[in-house]
Amino acid sequence: MNTIFYIAAFVALVSTALAISGRNAIHALLFLIVSLLSISVIFYILGAPFIAALEVIVYAGAIMVLFIFVIMMLNISLEKDMEHNWLKPQMWIVPTILAVILFFDFLYMLKTMKHQETIGQIIPPKEVGISLFTTYLLGVEIAAMLLLAGIIGAYHLGRQKKQVIHRFLVKKEYLPIEETEI
Amino acid sequence: MNINLALIPILPLIGFLILALFGSRLSKIAVACVGAGSVGLSAILTLFIGFSFIVYTPAGGIYKVNLWQWIQTGGFSASISFSLDALSLIFIFVITFVGFLIHLYSIEFMKDDEGFSRFFAYINLFVCSMLVLVLADNLLLMYLGWEGVGLCSYLLIGFWYRVPANGYAARKAFIITRIGDTAMIIGLFLLFVSFGTLNIGDIMQQAPARWVVGSPVALLAAALLLGGAIGKSAQIPLQSWLPDAMAGPSPVSALIHAATMVTAGVYLIARTHVLFALAPAIQTLVAIIGALTLLIAGFSALTQHDLKRVLAYSTISQIGYMFLALGVGAWSAAIFHFMVHAFFKALLFLAAGTVIVLLDEEHDMFKMGGLWKKLPVVFITFLIGSASLAALPLITAGFYSKDEILWFAWSANKGSTILWLAAIVGAFLTSLYTFRMIFLTFFGETKTEPTHQPGLFMTIPMVILAVLSVIAGFIELPESMGHVHLFSGLLKSVLPEVELTHGPNLEVLFQVLSAIISLLGIYIAYQLYFRKSKFAEVFNKSSISHFFYVGWGFDRVYDVLIVKPIVWLAEIDKNDYIDFLNKGIAQIALSINFLFSLTQNGKVRWYLIAFAIGIVFILTYLIYQ
Amino acid sequence: MVTISMEIQILLAGTIFLMGLVGLLMRRNIIFMLMSIEIMLNSSGLVFIIAGAHWAQADGQVMFIFILAVAAAEVSVGLALILQMFHHFQTLDVDAMKTLKDINRES
Repeated sequence: MNTIFYIAAFVALVSTALAISGRNAIHALLFLIVSLLSISVIFYILGAPFIAALEVIVYAGAIMVLFIFVIMMLNISLEKDMEHNWLKPQMWIVPTILAVILFFDFLYMLKTMKHQETIGQIIPPKEVGISLFTTYLLGVEIAAMLLLAGIIGAYHLGRQKKQVIHRFLVKKEYLPIEETEI
Repeated sequence: MNINLALIPILPLIGFLILALFGSRLSKIAVACVGAGSVGLSAILTLFIGFSFIVYTPAGGIYKVNLWQWIQTGGFSASISFSLDALSLIFIFVITFVGFLIHLYSIEFMKDDEGFSRFFAYINLFVCSMLVLVLADNLLLMYLGWEGVGLCSYLLIGFWYRVPANGYAARKAFIITRIGDTAMIIGLFLLFVSFGTLNIGDIMQQAPARWVVGSPVALLAAALLLGGAIGKSAQIPLQSWLPDAMAGPSPVSALIHAATMVTAGVYLIARTHVLFALAPAIQTLVAIIGALTLLIAGFSALTQHDLKRVLAYSTISQIGYMFLALGVGAWSAAIFHFMVHAFFKALLFLAAGTVIVLLDEEHDMFKMGGLWKKLPVVFITFLIGSASLAALPLITAGFYSKDEILWFAWSANKGSTILWLAAIVGAFLTSLYTFRMIFLTFFGETKTEPTHQPGLFMTIPMVILAVLSVIAGFIELPESMGHVHLFSGLLKSVLPEVELTHGPNLEVLFQVLSAIISLLGIYIAYQLYFRKSKFAEVFNKSSISHFFYVGWGFDRVYDVLIVKPIVWLAEIDKNDYIDFLNKGIAQIALSINFLFSLTQNGKVRWYLIAFAIGIVFILTYLIYQ
Repeated sequence: MVTISMEIQILLAGTIFLMGLVGLLMRRNIIFMLMSIEIMLNSSGLVFIIAGAHWAQADGQVMFIFILAVAAAEVSVGLALILQMFHHFQTLDVDAMKTLKDINRES
């Protein structure tokens, strides 16, 4: 079991790294989906099968798909050149330094903790359900309202007024669509 | 009765307000009526009050009217109240009467000027301020009048403001008198600290009890008041503003710089005579300043080209005589000379103004000549005024007043032979330059033709003043000639008698001496300037003459010592470094704001990095605690 | 039954979080920034699961469900906003969207 954990951890790290440094948006998203799947495996190992399933269904399945739909809708493959300009190597320096400092802080914090071990006992969905709907019932209701607000907001903000401009009058900034490298 | 006293200064004030607010909309006739009428009404009221004062002398010899309580705070209270005693009566008589005549004169003098209503507004304000000055019950109200006349002097000297030189002259007058005013206000502070009140009567009563004769605080207070007096009265060393003040119109010169404002210093010293009696050293200083001034101004007047400048230096010199009289303790003699001087000097200025304007603004005496036939009335009045100035014996008022001063300069307790010598030399110079002026202006060949004859409004005031210059002397005749003491008898309630060391027997000798000297001056002037001798021309070109011409170099000294260093400092401070301390704080705040606003450039990633850096700092700090 | 020290697990979650942070700070494309935010949310959810597994309670998983709900709502609204911004600015460069800057700067 432990080895699976380490493998999954390794995959998660690598795919996340590739996700944030990718030039192509679709590729980055796909790497991210891989990362989410490996984390789901970790969840399963840690004894949260319900959450593992939920991660795959909701996170990787809904949210990431939403991302991909939006990217496709925006037609941004023409921005590959911009990505080249934007992702110069010297852009990496400052965030990396900050992240490294935080990482060492993190290590220090962990060093001073008592050594603890996780048992990883499986917690079935039934328990989760009972806990959700008795102890945290209020939270569920609030989460429901949050989702309602999200729906209404997304609907309203996503609307566009129809502007009828003759196509000769539209200022074209788009480059012609070119082949994306795979 | 008492409200009439308050009306005397208030009527010109009302005239000023009407003219200031509505003057541009009124017709010239209306302006003249309001302007001259207000002062005329004040003159009539003065006559009434004077009459009732002299005939029914009130208790304590003072009329009082209290208008309202001006300041009431802490330990200090001052009220707007006027008090009239014999001294103030003389002054308001001169001010309103001569003022009214000058108003009549200026109706015609200024009739073509576009600032007609402005002129009358300023002159009315001036008359009001001067009346407040002499009628004031307390020193603070007097200082109000003092400042008011200074302001009006500035406004009127620079009346034709479109010419820059007039503005400079006005500024020079204001700044120099301001030096004197500063000394005076410090003196007022000192008096308040010592006595707790600025009421003149109270101070005069408490001073002999409180201060020892010759004590340092008395000397200091008297010296400071003297500083104010010499500023306003144009004595050494603050005298150089008066010749330049001739840039104003001639009625202004007549009223302000001959008859009234420059005598404010004389009034101040006479009013606070108790303080000066308590500070004998300062009183001697007054006499010395007077003597020096009359000599210096006399020599300067000898070499001037401009007609009005001669009269200006002559004014300085005559006020030197008044100071001399005050300095030796001859208080009523000084006031007598003031009154007579007001008459003939105003007359001389009005006549000079007439000549100048009839010769189409020609000021230089050497370009005039032969006017005695062409302008007969002006000539006769000018002659009478000059005779009075030169103290022609027996027939002019000037003789009696100046002779009295000469006698007291020698025979008073505080007098000395040196002072008398200075005064007699001054008298010689006076008649010399006066008749030089007459011979150059009215005799000889005509170099500039007069354009027309003066009108009625200009002639009548001059005639009246000429008459007064002759008969005003007869109210105070010396012992040897009938012993008429109307004037000093009137003032006896206010000013103490002069103390003499020598008896009146020698007085005749001195009178004869002064008569001879004045006639000698006339004769020499005749020889030099009527006959046009070589000596006059040589003297004209010599360097001594030039030294006298520039007023003994006072202006040059002030320029080098004071003006140039201050201008140099101002040049250094051109970018206003002193103010930088104030502006600097604001500038620093703005710069810091600018720096901080760099952090708000709207870019989200900046903000994120700011977050991240903040988190890093906080976490590292917390961990390594 | 796994016996993995908790430090390693938390270290993993922290590393993924930091990688998300780097991505957020580094990239100029809005989509990528939003993506990095998702990574960070996910990793914090992982920490909750770890804690829940440590204490053998269901609370961790419940918390993760809430985080998930929040992430879902946020993504939907965020993407709608991104659509609007793209239509307005015609670019996905986040540095082009700086109209909320200090007025006095004018740069």
